[in-house]
Amino acid sequence: MVYFLIFISAILVNNIVLSQFLGICPFLGVSKKIDTALGMSAAVAFVLTLATIVTYLLQQLLVAWHVEFLQTILFILVIAALVQMIEIMLKKVSPSLYQALGVFLPLITTNCCILGVALIVADQKKLLAALPGGAEYGLLSGTIYAFATAIGFGLALVLFAGIREQLALAKVPKAMQGTPIALLTAGLLAMAFMGFSGVV
Amino acid sequence: MNNALKTLTNGILKENPTFALVLGMCPTLATTTSAKNGMFMGLATLFVLVCSNVVISMLKKLIPDKVRIPAFIVVIATFVTIVQLLLKAYAPAVDAQLGLFIPLIVVNCIVLGRAEAFAAKNSVGLSALDGIGMGLGFTLSLTVLGLVRELLGSGKIFGNTVYDGSYATLIFVLAPGAFIALAYLMAIVNKLNKK
Repeated sequence: MVYFLIFISAILVNNIVLSQFLGICPFLGVSKKIDTALGMSAAVAFVLTLATIVTYLLQQLLVAWHVEFLQTILFILVIAALVQMIEIMLKKVSPSLYQALGVFLPLITTNCCILGVALIVADQKKLLAALPGGAEYGLLSGTIYAFATAIGFGLALVLFAGIREQLALAKVPKAMQGTPIALLTAGLLAMAFMGFSGVV
Repeated sequence: MNNALKTLTNGILKENPTFALVLGMCPTLATTTSAKNGMFMGLATLFVLVCSNVVISMLKKLIPDKVRIPAFIVVIATFVTIVQLLLKAYAPAVDAQLGLFIPLIVVNCIVLGRAEAFAAKNSVGLSALDGIGMGLGFTLSLTVLGLVRELLGSGKIFGNTVYDGSYATLIFVLAPGAFIALAYLMAIVNKLNKK
């Protein structure tokens, strides 16, 4: 039951993009078409879950060796290396999946929701604050939180892409064209998601 | 001299990272609940930007072209860790407010973008000026956005009460307000630039 609540909380209540402002760049950048939005979401879900597991385990090593100050440097390097490895492995193992996700993978290294979620899960206090009451700190709940966050990212991205596809046909004042109207749309979407607050 | 001045002002007006280039949106939206928070976030980024620009421009001949991106990231991450430790030691209140977004300067596209587009090609002096200009431009836009949101959302400017907070529109300090305030500010900047 707790794990189900983690899903509801991370997808709807504390949506990573619309209420925590992580991963805004891909949210604005690759949301012009639903197809690319779906590809990006799948790539993020894949990398985010894997990166969180790896960085969680590495954090235990950092704590054991008393070198916690290396966290930021180590995490970003691990994420960059992981993205490269996934790219190479996908190319060999599943060329069709590589075709679908390929272009998005290099972009993911600088997607701040990957590093952000890795840093949240590595910190007991931050993770417990992000999880609904009753959840325990550990690799399992951290991984589920990461996966649920990625789904939340995907949901926001696909919804936003759907709206933007319609918006392309609308008549927009000159000064508002491009990023401003996209931000305004995101603001309204964020307001809609605020309706879920207090559910969990 | 003229060239140096141009480099410095480039980031503040013509290529303002927030309003013209639309880079570094995550900290821009997340940390501008008040003018003070926005300003501190901008200053932390300014510090990292100047230091990493200087070091990368010094090392540009030593770094092989193929591994330049990971090398840049290590340099940037080092300075981010320095900022993180300094803030924890001397300004724990600011650190608590900005929280996750200090380590996330590493993945701020402005810093890596300037390293790749400017510092890797120009002299140390010019790179430092570019870092200062871009950093100031970022700080300025974050402070302005913070100012607008604080004034509309809680009736204060830099923590000083301007009008009764109960008349304020709370939504501007919450998440949707960030998007909406930035959207209109950007539209105003677009309108002014066209003239």
